Amino acid sequence: MTAMAAARGLLSCRVCGEVNRAAVRGASAGVHGASAVVHCARCGSPLHARKPDSMRRTVAFLAAAYVLYLPANLLPILETGELGGPPRSDTIMSGVVTLWTGGWWPLAVVILIASIFIPFAKLGVLTWLVISVRRGSAARLRGRTRLYRLVDVIGKWSMVDIYVGALLVGLVRFEPLASVSPGPAAIAFGAVVVLTMLASQSFDPRLLWDAAEARRG
Amino acid sequence: MAERPDPTEGRELPEARPAAHRLRWGFLVWIVPIVALAVGAWLALEGLINRGATISVTFKTASGLEAGKTRVKYKDVDIGTVKSIGLSDDHRDVVVTAELTPQARGLIVEDTRFWVVRPRITGGQAFGLGTLLSGAYIALDPGKSKTSRREFAGLENPPVVLSDVPGRQFVLRADDLGSIDIGSPVYYRHVRVGQVVSAELNGDGKGVTFVAFVNAPYDRYVTSGTRFWNASGVDFSFGAGGFKLETESLASVVIGGVAFQVPPDSEPGQTAPPEAVFVLHKDRETAFKQAVTIRDVYVLHFRQSVHGLVIGAPVDFRGVPVGEVANVGLEWDPEHREIRPTVEINVYPQRISSRFRKRSTPIEDDTVRARTLQRLVDHGLRAQLKTGNLITGQLYVTLDFFPNEPKAQIDLAKAPLELPTASGGFTELQSSVENIVRKIEKMPLDEIAVDLKSIVAQLDTTLRSVDALVERVDTEIAPELRQTLESARGALGQAQGALSQDAPLQGDLRGTLRDVGRAAEAIRNLADYLDRHPESLLRGRREEESTR
Repeated sequence: MTAMAAARGLLSCRVCGEVNRAAVRGASAGVHGASAVVHCARCGSPLHARKPDSMRRTVAFLAAAYVLYLPANLLPILETGELGGPPRSDTIMSGVVTLWTGGWWPLAVVILIASIFIPFAKLGVLTWLVISVRRGSAARLRGRTRLYRLVDVIGKWSMVDIYVGALLVGLVRFEPLASVSPGPAAIAFGAVVVLTMLASQSFDPRLLWDAAEARRG
Repeated sequence: MAERPDPTEGRELPEARPAAHRLRWGFLVWIVPIVALAVGAWLALEGLINRGATISVTFKTASGLEAGKTRVKYKDVDIGTVKSIGLSDDHRDVVVTAELTPQARGLIVEDTRFWVVRPRITGGQAFGLGTLLSGAYIALDPGKSKTSRREFAGLENPPVVLSDVPGRQFVLRADDLGSIDIGSPVYYRHVRVGQVVSAELNGDGKGVTFVAFVNAPYDRYVTSGTRFWNASGVDFSFGAGGFKLETESLASVVIGGVAFQVPPDSEPGQTAPPEAVFVLHKDRETAFKQAVTIRDVYVLHFRQSVHGLVIGAPVDFRGVPVGEVANVGLEWDPEHREIRPTVEINVYPQRISSRFRKRSTPIEDDTVRARTLQRLVDHGLRAQLKTGNLITGQLYVTLDFFPNEPKAQIDLAKAPLELPTASGGFTELQSSVENIVRKIEKMPLDEIAVDLKSIVAQLDTTLRSVDALVERVDTEIAPELRQTLESARGALGQAQGALSQDAPLQGDLRGTLRDVGRAAEAIRNLADYLDRHPESLLRGRREEESTR
């Protein structure tokens, strides 16, 4: 069986890479919250065996993301107006539908995946990871780690929608002829993306292994 | 897993430096979801507040309406959008669902009216021309009720008067619609002061009820004494003063109209309350007639055709209208054993008394009335049919005194009273014409025609001989005539020659006349000598004297 670095009282500095010998054993208590903090002997950065307060932060960010996920999808994200027509406001989903019926189906697919599937998948995956850590599941650890990596990498791309919106708002400024302005969902959606990124960042995949270890051992 | 070499081997690892005890602010991370919750709740609440009311309005047709595009407007301000258009459950109507802005909440009450504004041109005006470009929209007229409502039945036509226009409504009753329609103007002294808001049949189908709206400053002119009349069309009249054409305005000729005014000779009275009921008279003249409250009915029996006498035809007394024909029918006359036309007339005694101001109270007691009538009949009062219009043959009844008519007795027991009649007028003329025609008919026209034919034949032969005579004159007499004329001309030429100045006859005559003149001179000399020497007659001429 693998002897964990933390279990042996070794802590690697995340800033300068120096491996420190930690006298305080409590540093391993990453699962249960912060404990006494030690600093790197070389660069003085705080040392943690695991990401500090990982579970609590992840859960908090996830909860916030869930809360904002609803308005992000239900409220209009973009309000457009054109000459002669009434102003119209689109939610993400209605925008996708409009694009699809308008024949822009590749763009519709991109928006659908980037703006609806990915944020939802991120939330789902992270939630699942958090739950599995809590329950100390030991099944498919490698697979779950890979999922986490995927979430972390891909998460940035879910900003596509916000990016498109921001671009349109900036570009379309022919006030009497056409206008585009962000709706309330844009803020919520941006917040959801940021929060899921924060959540995935604050989640420490090593906890998966710790939990499995703890259960086994 | 394979054993890996201890990374700490071969080098001394530095000991991590313990830090001072630090406050645990980890729980602060929960602020994030709380803030998120607050933001989410705020967004949701804002959404709810901004949502506004969703209403559904039914229309007969969705022509020009478009889901997601058609606006709902009040005073041309956007207050909502049509969200969907569908059919009603029974497929009869169109249900338009619209979402209104929150500020429109107070407008959506029980008696709010909705209609679709489309371009529309009516008799006098054009409406909604802006919608030609922008497309139709739904307009509303807010009600006064406080109860809110979400389902409405839309109007098919825009309301004529919006609820925020000050003024009052009046109810008008008429026999028929005439050419008045919803939106027809209401005139007061030729000023356009309102509109007809609604026009519908009465429940029993007898008559029409209008609602006229009179705008605010003018509604006070509608008083209890006001008369309304139908001002549609053109009123032509031929009077003693000549040809007269009267109309309220050119527009009212086309789209009809209602006018009102207090008759010039009556009191205006109190200002009428809203929704007051008036009678809509058929024209100004009728409207201004004195209201008839008392009428006497008389029966007339005629011995002639009453063709051309219609119900409502005037009854006049020496040219002054005093009543009208109420009924025309037939009746069996047992006395003469024949069927005779019977005419019932209404006479309005007030019309008479109003012209003879002394007797202002009409006679109401029947016996008194009958006695008065008997007295008048004794003086020769009779009813007579007269032709009002020679072309159309319209008849009317005239009352007049015919002192030469035989005496008539009024049967006082009869009700209504019978008024004796006198035949005459044009009808009499007509019958004499008929007699003439009948006489003409009796003539032996066929025989006359045969005679005429033979006469014509004789005339023909006569003419032919005349013709031959003329020919003879032409060929035989004419040459002789020419010869005669020629010799006559020769004779005249000779005469002229004889009479000309240088003719020998003339010269001789002149010589002779000169001799005669000389002779006359000699005689005068002799006469003078004798006058001076009368003795020479006896002694003869003296020598010395004769030598001188």
